[in-house]
Amino acid sequence: MRSIYLDHNATTPMAPAAADAMNAALRECGNASSVHWAGRRARARIDGARDAVAALVGAAPADVVFTSGGTEANNLALCGLAGRRLIVSAVEHGSVLAARADAEICPVDEEGRIELDALRDLLGASPAPALLSLMAANNETGVIQPVAEAAEICREFGTLVHCDAVQAAGKMALDWRDLGADLVSLSAHKIGGPQGVGALIVDAGSDLKPMILGGGQERGLRAGTENLPGIAGFGAAVGTLAEIAPLAHIRDSIEDRIGAAARIYGAGAPRIGNTSCIGMQGVLAETQVMAFDLDGIMVSAGAACSSGKVAPSHVLSAMGATDEQANQAIRVSLGWNSETADADEFVAAWLRIYARLGPKQASAA
Amino acid sequence: MIRDNKKRPIYLDNHATTPVDPAVLDAMLPYFGEKFGNPHSGTHFYGWEAREAVELAREQVAELIGAAPDEVYFTSGATESNNLAIKGIGRMYRGRKDHMVSCVSEHMCVLDSLFNMEREGASVTYLDVGADGLIDLDALADAITDATILVSIMTVQNEIGIIQPMAEIGALCRERGVFLHTDAAQATGKITIDVKAMNIDILSLTAHKYYGPMGIGALYVGRKPKVRLEPLFSGGGQENNMRSGTLPAPLCVALGKASELGLAALENEPARLGEMRDHLLGRLQVALPGIHINGSMAHRVPGNLNVSFEGVRAEDIMAAVPDVAVSSGSACSSASDESSFVLRAIGLSNDLAESSLRFGLGRFTTAEEVDYAADRLIAEISRLRQEKQDAGIPTRILDEVK
Repeated sequence: MRSIYLDHNATTPMAPAAADAMNAALRECGNASSVHWAGRRARARIDGARDAVAALVGAAPADVVFTSGGTEANNLALCGLAGRRLIVSAVEHGSVLAARADAEICPVDEEGRIELDALRDLLGASPAPALLSLMAANNETGVIQPVAEAAEICREFGTLVHCDAVQAAGKMALDWRDLGADLVSLSAHKIGGPQGVGALIVDAGSDLKPMILGGGQERGLRAGTENLPGIAGFGAAVGTLAEIAPLAHIRDSIEDRIGAAARIYGAGAPRIGNTSCIGMQGVLAETQVMAFDLDGIMVSAGAACSSGKVAPSHVLSAMGATDEQANQAIRVSLGWNSETADADEFVAAWLRIYARLGPKQASAA
Repeated sequence: MIRDNKKRPIYLDNHATTPVDPAVLDAMLPYFGEKFGNPHSGTHFYGWEAREAVELAREQVAELIGAAPDEVYFTSGATESNNLAIKGIGRMYRGRKDHMVSCVSEHMCVLDSLFNMEREGASVTYLDVGADGLIDLDALADAITDATILVSIMTVQNEIGIIQPMAEIGALCRERGVFLHTDAAQATGKITIDVKAMNIDILSLTAHKYYGPMGIGALYVGRKPKVRLEPLFSGGGQENNMRSGTLPAPLCVALGKASELGLAALENEPARLGEMRDHLLGRLQVALPGIHINGSMAHRVPGNLNVSFEGVRAEDIMAAVPDVAVSSGSACSSASDESSFVLRAIGLSNDLAESSLRFGLGRFTTAEEVDYAADRLIAEISRLRQEKQDAGIPTRILDEVK
């Protein structure tokens, strides 16, 4: 049986170019801080990757701070500006929501987009300098946030903007100046790079405080020997993003064929093209996932980090879904190696499961 | 005599980083390829496969240090582990026990974490080290007070390779009821570590110092007695809430394999490295006067040698011998102009500290390479000294030779 991987938002297979870059780096030895030849060669590899990652968001290489991944980047942004009041949208990733206990939640509308009036009210409620953390695109629904509009409001109040672009990178235009973001989080393993490496884009003049102290690497903002192969793989993965064919038509072909019976979350808002969050009435997501798995199709019930937990998705709850509805939603996410045929098989499987376990079946029984 | 330009220079800087063992590479590569799953994906085969590999790796790391698998938490490396250990315990016990004891020759990331805790209100006693590089156990006993929560002493020093008596330190800490953390980044896979027998409560390690890749390390946190730490960062709640973030499965696999190999290597590798190291030292000593050995030879990891060459600056030697990769001081401080604080802590003058070289022999170092390096160093150091003498610059050592 062919296995069909439709869980790219959890992690995406490595792009061959990224694997090649890592492979090369893993076979060399050198600490980028060493002054001898091996160190200089390592440094050159890191500099090349830094240029590529910077270009992804229209930043300067000096703005890139490599981290161990998106979670660390988000925590660094939020904890590193702990002197500021923190406002986050209700649909942020767990690493943003949990980073600080004092985070204030800004609600979202039914499509999962931040309520800009509520944001303005929150900002107006206190003169204290603030930080807004708003993701570029949601990991469960793919809904794109109006970051630029929110940033414009923030500018009126002198509020800094952090944008978690982990899921958005490579799937939409991401110039950080156009977004109005002061800090941007990225992760390699969501874009065809390896797990264990990410970046925070932060202005060289920022007053961000580091979380991990030591050897002074990464402008003093993130100590520790640089993860050279990981960073090389990250850089190479960024280089492949331009070649990825648009995925929206594959996603849309799924939704067009099952849409009448399914509930598609966030369908009324702009979304990145690879993600669909699909509710099947009357069938628990866990059951659906098992049934798909038997058909060789890998999808997830919510975010990977919370896979295995029973709590309903905070994202869908914030969009007004009941617990029952939220527990019936699965996430389909496409990636660089997805094909139209994957969509066909998914649709066939979805319709089979729906016919066997869906509402009609339940009422007939 | 100089090696062919096309040949790679000889690598004798295995304290900065080590090459990845081919067996480690073989173990990890499939997880960059077809076994690419997110180990936290609980709903499908790819996730389960990655999870299983990560848990096997956890067992391998645990076995290397005599821990239980559920006492091992993956991190991005030793710097993060050390930050997590020191800040995590300091913040967890803040207001109850606010004193820590460490020593002046710790790695910069330990010292920086301690400085940070001082800014947050803790007090820290920094023990001196002797000319041999060792701490004084009586001084440690005296430094521990009723307010002490943590003692942090590195197992093996990264510049001079000195092995601290962890079993004695651990026994003392246990008797006095304080937690013991050790930065074992330079120790794992090189000397035997048994956290239970040594009474170590928290231990930091990193793969790239023992033939694994960069970007992955671990923190051992003991359960008996139970150590509680406040996490450095939060999110998906991975690693039992100790360390959020997607676990990099290929890197975890690599750390596990490196640990398995490291444990096996303890049988023969230390003796082989020690012989080559002693041979290198012997050749330098026979051919060159004015050599100072920095720190005790008796309490040193076999792959380490740290010597000062009177009358010549380390940077001049390294520039003259580009075909041998060595370092002066630690890699993190390589780019800075300051001489090693570690060497000054064991009593070296600034001049001697600036004329020191750190040699790190490793698993893939051969006897031929060591001889080649010795030949080149002897030739170039003699030449540099001669040039100085010809230029009329007086050096004590040259007078002695005459």
